[in-house]
Amino acid sequence: MNAYFFNDTVALTGRTLRHVTRSMDTIITTAITPVAMMLMFVYVFGGAIDTGSVSYVNYMLPGILLMTIASGISYTAYRLFTDVKSGIFERFQSMPIARSGVLWAHVVTSLVANLIALVLVVGVAVLMGFRSGAGVSAWLAVAGILFLFTLALTWLAVIPGLSASSVEGAGAFAYPLIFLPFVSSAFVPTKTMPGPVRWFAEHQPVTSIVNTIRNLFAQQPVGDDIWTALAWCVGILVVAYIFAMAAYRRKIA
Amino acid sequence: MTAQSIAGPAIRVQGLKKSYGKLEVLRGVDFDVAPGSIFALLGSNGAGKTTTVRILATLLKADAGTASVNGFDVATHPADVRESISLTGQFAAVDEILSGRENLALVARLRHLKDPGAIADDLLRRFSLSEAGARRVSTYSGGMRRRLDIAMSLIGNSPVIFLDEPTAGLDPEARIEVWHAVKELAGHGTTVLLTTQYLEEAEQLADRIAILHQGRIIVNGTLAELKQLFPPAKVEYVEKQPTLEEIFLAVIGGIDKSEVTGTTTGGRG
Repeated sequence: MNAYFFNDTVALTGRTLRHVTRSMDTIITTAITPVAMMLMFVYVFGGAIDTGSVSYVNYMLPGILLMTIASGISYTAYRLFTDVKSGIFERFQSMPIARSGVLWAHVVTSLVANLIALVLVVGVAVLMGFRSGAGVSAWLAVAGILFLFTLALTWLAVIPGLSASSVEGAGAFAYPLIFLPFVSSAFVPTKTMPGPVRWFAEHQPVTSIVNTIRNLFAQQPVGDDIWTALAWCVGILVVAYIFAMAAYRRKIA
Repeated sequence: MTAQSIAGPAIRVQGLKKSYGKLEVLRGVDFDVAPGSIFALLGSNGAGKTTTVRILATLLKADAGTASVNGFDVATHPADVRESISLTGQFAAVDEILSGRENLALVARLRHLKDPGAIADDLLRRFSLSEAGARRVSTYSGGMRRRLDIAMSLIGNSPVIFLDEPTAGLDPEARIEVWHAVKELAGHGTTVLLTTQYLEEAEQLADRIAILHQGRIIVNGTLAELKQLFPPAKVEYVEKQPTLEEIFLAVIGGIDKSEVTGTTTGGRG
């Protein structure tokens, strides 16, 4: 580990954060799809979905938050791709710096940008009637899971960011992730789904994460879901990190 | 932060080979660059100039052969090489969203220098960018961008600078500005490896010129030596027509002069 790792990563993070704060439209765009979905589901479809005694906006917010992160990390891939394409990535790599700081700067920036978008979406949800009696520890647990999920998807985004051959390619990998919540417990209870679809929905990462966050918000016991959710997040993180570092080593030779 | 320079050539390249799949880009490249000199690597597109620079800048690994910069082998001591060099890429790699000043200050911080703001202001002044310093680089002209790019590579006083096609895509005036900057660099003892496809640029700037063609150095010498490869000049009387570049510069210069002196006569002094 280079002695200047911390200093260099801070300097480079300052740079990428300015990219975010100087184009706030990327944050708005990140939040707009989930907010539109939320409006649509709460005011159009929601009335037809039976979620028991839970209000529909409370029911669906966890899924919407995951969707926000999935759409946010496509900008992470985009920013990294632009750096590689423009040549500034190589300029940094040819300098006497902690080289991996260039990647970490993008990762930290991704976490910050997603945090802003998530706060925005939760704010809209509160306006729409979202309420939770969850205490500080439950909110911290929710924040922790969202942090881990963002970190895992961010390292996933690093892979196309480094290796895509076009801007479209760098962003396109996020679409399946954005739609993954639809085939989960995020919007409708899985028990209404036909056999194979239900099996998939109940065994994909989004369902366990959504159930955990929903129970934390509702002050219900989280059961085994939280362990499944954590296992998914850590598993995705480790695999994505390994592939991202392989893509990185190919890039810097 | 400058690594200690050592005696011997500033850059030594021996038997360098690199292929991309079946495409052999470098097929055994050899050359030395003396400290404090300007060395031009001349060649057409695809000759392997950028590949050579990328290997020397530790961004790419060679398949065979050795290369050393400032006495450090690029394969075994890449960190020392990076302490010794500064790279200015073919496509001005400056941050478009940051201002010119922020770009310079960022590089100064990454080189772990004291007072990055003062370093940035000083370079903005030297490269006539003070007025534009606070503006986003995306509003800069091509010439301003390239000036900023070169200014960024001067931070930290690296003993060796790679300029990969520094004037590609610039208008004649901006090109001359860049040439002045490069000459000033070499005047201060910096070793410059320049790649270019413009013959005139090599002629103007370089102490030595090597022609890279199909992955090999086919000629390497001073301009005078290269000229001797041709049959002796024979004397002919030809009416000297101005080149379009001379006309362009005369007209531009003429406008500047008439503004100052109030006369309408054009032409350079």
